Amino acid sequence: MRIDLDVIQDWIAPRTRVLDLGCGDGELLEQLSRNKQVSGYGLEIDPAQIERCMARGVSVVEQNLDKGLGNFADGSFDTVVMTQALQTLRYPHLVVREMLRVGRQCIITFPNFGQWKARWHLAFSGRMPVSDLLPYEWYDTPNIHFCTFRDFEVLCRENHWTILHRQVVSESRVGAALKDFLPNLFGETAIYHLTR
Amino acid sequence: MSTEKLSPPFERDTAEPGSVGIVVPQSHTFSEPLTLACGRTLKEYTLVYETYGKLNADRSNAVLICHALSGHHHAAGRHTPEDKRPGWWDHYIGPGKPIDTDKFFVVSLNNLGGCHGSTGPASVNPETGKPWGPDFPPLRVRDWVHSQARLADLLGIEQWAAVVGGSLGGMQAMRWSLEYPERLRHCVVIASAMKLSAQNIAFNETARQAIISDPDFCGGRYLEQGKLPRRGLAVARMIGHITYLSDDGLGRKFGRELRSGSFQLGVEEEVEFQVQSYLRYQGDTFSNSFDPNTYILMTRALDYFDLAREYSDDPVQAFSHAKCKFLLISFTSDWRFAPQRSREIADALMHANVPVSYAEIESPMGHDAFLLPNERYQRVFATYMHGVAAALTKAGEAN
Repeated sequence: MRIDLDVIQDWIAPRTRVLDLGCGDGELLEQLSRNKQVSGYGLEIDPAQIERCMARGVSVVEQNLDKGLGNFADGSFDTVVMTQALQTLRYPHLVVREMLRVGRQCIITFPNFGQWKARWHLAFSGRMPVSDLLPYEWYDTPNIHFCTFRDFEVLCRENHWTILHRQVVSESRVGAALKDFLPNLFGETAIYHLTR
Repeated sequence: MSTEKLSPPFERDTAEPGSVGIVVPQSHTFSEPLTLACGRTLKEYTLVYETYGKLNADRSNAVLICHALSGHHHAAGRHTPEDKRPGWWDHYIGPGKPIDTDKFFVVSLNNLGGCHGSTGPASVNPETGKPWGPDFPPLRVRDWVHSQARLADLLGIEQWAAVVGGSLGGMQAMRWSLEYPERLRHCVVIASAMKLSAQNIAFNETARQAIISDPDFCGGRYLEQGKLPRRGLAVARMIGHITYLSDDGLGRKFGRELRSGSFQLGVEEEVEFQVQSYLRYQGDTFSNSFDPNTYILMTRALDYFDLAREYSDDPVQAFSHAKCKFLLISFTSDWRFAPQRSREIADALMHANVPVSYAEIESPMGHDAFLLPNERYQRVFATYMHGVAAALTKAGEAN
């Protein structure tokens, strides 16, 4: 179980409606349906992931997030979740806007490009960071819109989106100790809880 | 009621792996009158069907196959070892296949109004002693669903593990979920739509006009006159066939290849493209095996179908009555039942808070793709049905 998925579950009320954008193998939705009797749908575009969802009995609908959420009515879900997919989108800000239209609240997680390892890598090797978490070269990466925590918060402020909670996660021991002190430097993943 | 059993319905032929082997159709005459959507009543009617696999002890593993426009009961296996081709959905029904006959008891029938043994326009009207012809009552998708429910009663199936159908069959599967919400756990809708578009109706009307304008149609009473509007039916089938394939698919298969003749200057020889002879062959074969009145009846049922008509034209309201889970599949090059039509179903189901999964399969084969082998389609279908079967095992253990 990924740490971020644990945190997300705490923010979702039982027996509510959840839409998970880029739901991957359906782990979160499976957990939510088992532990919180949530009725959830995942949107996914990767055929292999879609099959993994189906194998788990998770409802998954093939849909390209870059084409928007125009098929969903305003406020038709209690929560719209998107974990680790923000950086892969063509227009991340438009998708977040759509998430807040479709859901009464939304939860977004993404990797922090401002983390010290990435800064170190770029500063001293002069090349784009490649790590365990982000194992792609710049030319073949699906991650086309990296941002830092600070960048994201500026976007929220400019759009008058309310940040209800922010939780910063770091897998390493040093990072875990320092992430609350300097989150944008030591946090690996942030989990944002937003509302309009 | 009388059940006519010709011989044991199911003999597993081990010679052909993945096949249900040699199958024998069964038929049953239902004597309880069936009131139809048009208001008329059929006093009695016969349904022909095949079954594959074994019904389990708690009768929970039955799967109903609903056929499309030109389909029939023979969906899998062969009637004789010499049969050139197996049933129409043999790629997807059999041991180890997506609809796994080692796990499921599969029922496939010829719908009412059909021409492969079930009561239809070519059958004799008991009141006149003559073929029904154009006097056969017009049918709607719901009439098929009600007659299929009678077949389920006959076979002792209270609830289907899944009702499965492609195209017009998908419409029947969806109608099942609303007419008998308690009688199915899963609904598999492949390359279908909640209603036809104007363009779709236009193609169907052109096909019907081709049949009706054949002089041998005789106002639909061709059987009484000892005639058959073969040319009209062949043209109808050719029109349909073009729309079931994609531009790209036809291009790949035939391009501008010539079957005969040449374009050489100074040569006055008629040219025939490969695609011409292919289409004519398709039309001719079909017109020798299908009843023209049935074709008219079935295309009309397609045109009339509108899932949400009686639910204030609101598909969300319609699907809020469904209690089963749904799997939807569409194909990228299918322009007759385009992916957008399946997405509309998915959207309505999500809105109605009904569990649904949807996959859009890449294929150049147009609408016909739902009948043909395709790696991803097979995997998606098998994965979903595997889940349906796994729930059976779990429920069995819990008992």
